[in-house]
Amino acid sequence: MPEHSQSGALAHHFETYDQQREASSLGMWLFLVTEIMFFGGFFLAYIVYRSSFPEDFAIASHQLDVTLGAINTAVLIASSLTMAMAVRASQLAQRKAVVGFLIATMIFGGVFLGIKAVEYSAKFEHHLVPGPNFELHAEGADPGHAEMFFNFYFGMTGLHAAHMVIGIGLLTWLCFPAWKGRFNADYHNPVEVVGLYWHFVDIIWIFLFPLLYLIGFHVGH
Amino acid sequence: MSSTTAESAIAPPKVHYLNAEHGLKSWLLTKDHKRIAILYLISVSIFFLVGGLFAGLIRLELLTPQGDLVSGDTYNRLFTLHGVIMIFFFLIPAIPAVLGNFLVPIMIGAKDLAFPKLNLGSWYVYNIAGLLGIYAMIKGGVDTGWTFYAPFSTTYSNSYVVPTALAGFVAGFSSIMTGLNFIVTIHRMRAPGMTWFRMPLMLWSSYATSLIILLGTPVLAITLLLLILERTLHIGIFDPKLGGDPVLFQHLFWFYSHPAVYIMILPAMGVISELIAAFSRKRVFGYKFVAFASLAIAVLGFLVWGHHMFTSGQSVYAATVFSVLTMLVAIPSAIKVFNWTATLHRGAISYDTPMLYALGFLGLFTIGGLTGVMLGTLGIDIHVHDTYFVVAHFHYIMVGGTILGYLGGLHYWWPKMTGRLYNRFWSQVSAITIFVGFNLTFFPQFILGFQGMPRRYWSYPPEFQVLNVLSTAGATVLGVGLILPLFYFAASLGKKGRVAGPNPWGAIGLEWTTTSPPPTYNFEETPVVTHEAYAYEELHPEPTQKEPYLA
Repeated sequence: MPEHSQSGALAHHFETYDQQREASSLGMWLFLVTEIMFFGGFFLAYIVYRSSFPEDFAIASHQLDVTLGAINTAVLIASSLTMAMAVRASQLAQRKAVVGFLIATMIFGGVFLGIKAVEYSAKFEHHLVPGPNFELHAEGADPGHAEMFFNFYFGMTGLHAAHMVIGIGLLTWLCFPAWKGRFNADYHNPVEVVGLYWHFVDIIWIFLFPLLYLIGFHVGH
Repeated sequence: MSSTTAESAIAPPKVHYLNAEHGLKSWLLTKDHKRIAILYLISVSIFFLVGGLFAGLIRLELLTPQGDLVSGDTYNRLFTLHGVIMIFFFLIPAIPAVLGNFLVPIMIGAKDLAFPKLNLGSWYVYNIAGLLGIYAMIKGGVDTGWTFYAPFSTTYSNSYVVPTALAGFVAGFSSIMTGLNFIVTIHRMRAPGMTWFRMPLMLWSSYATSLIILLGTPVLAITLLLLILERTLHIGIFDPKLGGDPVLFQHLFWFYSHPAVYIMILPAMGVISELIAAFSRKRVFGYKFVAFASLAIAVLGFLVWGHHMFTSGQSVYAATVFSVLTMLVAIPSAIKVFNWTATLHRGAISYDTPMLYALGFLGLFTIGGLTGVMLGTLGIDIHVHDTYFVVAHFHYIMVGGTILGYLGGLHYWWPKMTGRLYNRFWSQVSAITIFVGFNLTFFPQFILGFQGMPRRYWSYPPEFQVLNVLSTAGATVLGVGLILPLFYFAASLGKKGRVAGPNPWGAIGLEWTTTSPPPTYNFEETPVVTHEAYAYEELHPEPTQKEPYLA
């Protein structure tokens, strides 16, 4: 029998709120496992090619803007903090705080994507987008291998950005039940699982930043 | 445990999951796992038919040594579409999404899967993927083989690679949704008393399958995505001009696609455990070994992908390791076969239709498995690589294993799903026809392959014709056998169909304690489990019908 049937947020096929909450967080963790395997294939390919062409990758990496990358890293870490605050506020049923922190998280996410767009357009102007127009004017780098680096740069950051967009969509969707005060100590699993997803996307960036932006630092310069 | 009030309860309940709601909308928006299973049954049957038609055309072309029925280019598209449809749209979803969907919650005594909306979503995603596949098919098909090897697929093929790869990518999400649902459900929703070691073996294999789906499918997803990115946006990860390595594509592809073989066979093994126990009226011999063998197959399955690449230029040392690891898979597989055989020993065996499928499975899976060990042996593999020997081997596993398991399960649980019994005689005729037709189709292909006939060609030297004619004749018999169930299953739903009662086989399992068809939430009250899965010796369950068939 349901523990608190007055709230109405307990789905018919669960016996208790605990069971429902455990099911949803286990489900999200399993989904994150699939995400790790998904990005994992890309990371594996990166490892293979970077170990094959370490010099070319390092030289190509110098074309990236480390400052913008570092700012974006800080922005994302800040967004993870506000996300964690949103989860906490939802457990305490603080309606306005939940909405506020969700919106803050979305703003940080938006800033990240904006900076990313600035970086992408700079690469576009400098002919660093893979394809027939790719040109890299750097000494000592094989143009094909340098283009391979930018395959990874655009592929991996693009995939990451797509996940950010989905995350912002999920946060937007959460704002409505949060505004109506639906979340409380028994029922806050949607905020919690979206939080897990958001942190995961951040962690992907924590790996991407050094692998793409910082690899030139111990070779040569 | 609900008491055996079976005698008075042969009549079906007035309200059950099939008639609780009416209208197309009630089906298309249903969150009931049983109705979603029926939706999947319809979808996978359609794709099975389409994939079968392609197989028929392939066999028709191979009736004569010359390429005369279709052009070589068309033939390439035929075998590609046959493979893509059968693997992604039939074999992978068939048992989990139809039988698993119906049974997993009932077998653990739950009201539904943990995420009913996700479950319905998976069916829609599957159909979107199917539509993408059909779109590619109508536009002109795809000629890369179901394996999409780079650089042919990324650069040279002039067929509809992107929509087909996208179809595989999207179909993967639907199996991830199902697998994730099963794992969470089995962890969190078991009824009181349903401990891990009281679970029917069908659930252990569903669990092991779901693990593979979760760990493997995303890798296929990224591989197909990289292929699509390379073809559309020139993100050439596998492009040799940029220093890319097409063999990396094969590594990534087989990292999923070998475990996918176990996604297809493990659920069938779960079904077979249920059938053998029910029709021998005995506990499955070595229950824990059979259960853990499923997990062992799931784990080992991830370590053997390189045996698809013995001739692709991977290092000899890697090939040797993959060869040895491949043979290790034979151990848990053999444990299962020996334990099923030991279950038969001194059992009270009845040759009902599901049992005919189970016995057929035992023989065919053994042949498929042993030839798999042969192919895992480096020297032999290099000799018969890309010949019909390989084709025959994996059809023994996929058709002889998975499809027989699927059909056996469908015949076993059909009375539970529909509340009706089908014709005993015709269903037995069908099972035997399928067995005979299957062997006639594929056994000659072992010989053809060993004699050196390569796969994927639309013409062949005349000395191979006799065996090819035999194979085509067998395919015809197989086709007839596979069409028969359509008729007697349909007839069972008609006015003459006989009512099954809750437990027509006298089998043990929570699904047989509820009505046929079950109510929407499966049980009137949450069951409490007090026995292990196959306690035939203690419980002596009786069939609810003395003659459980329409004569």
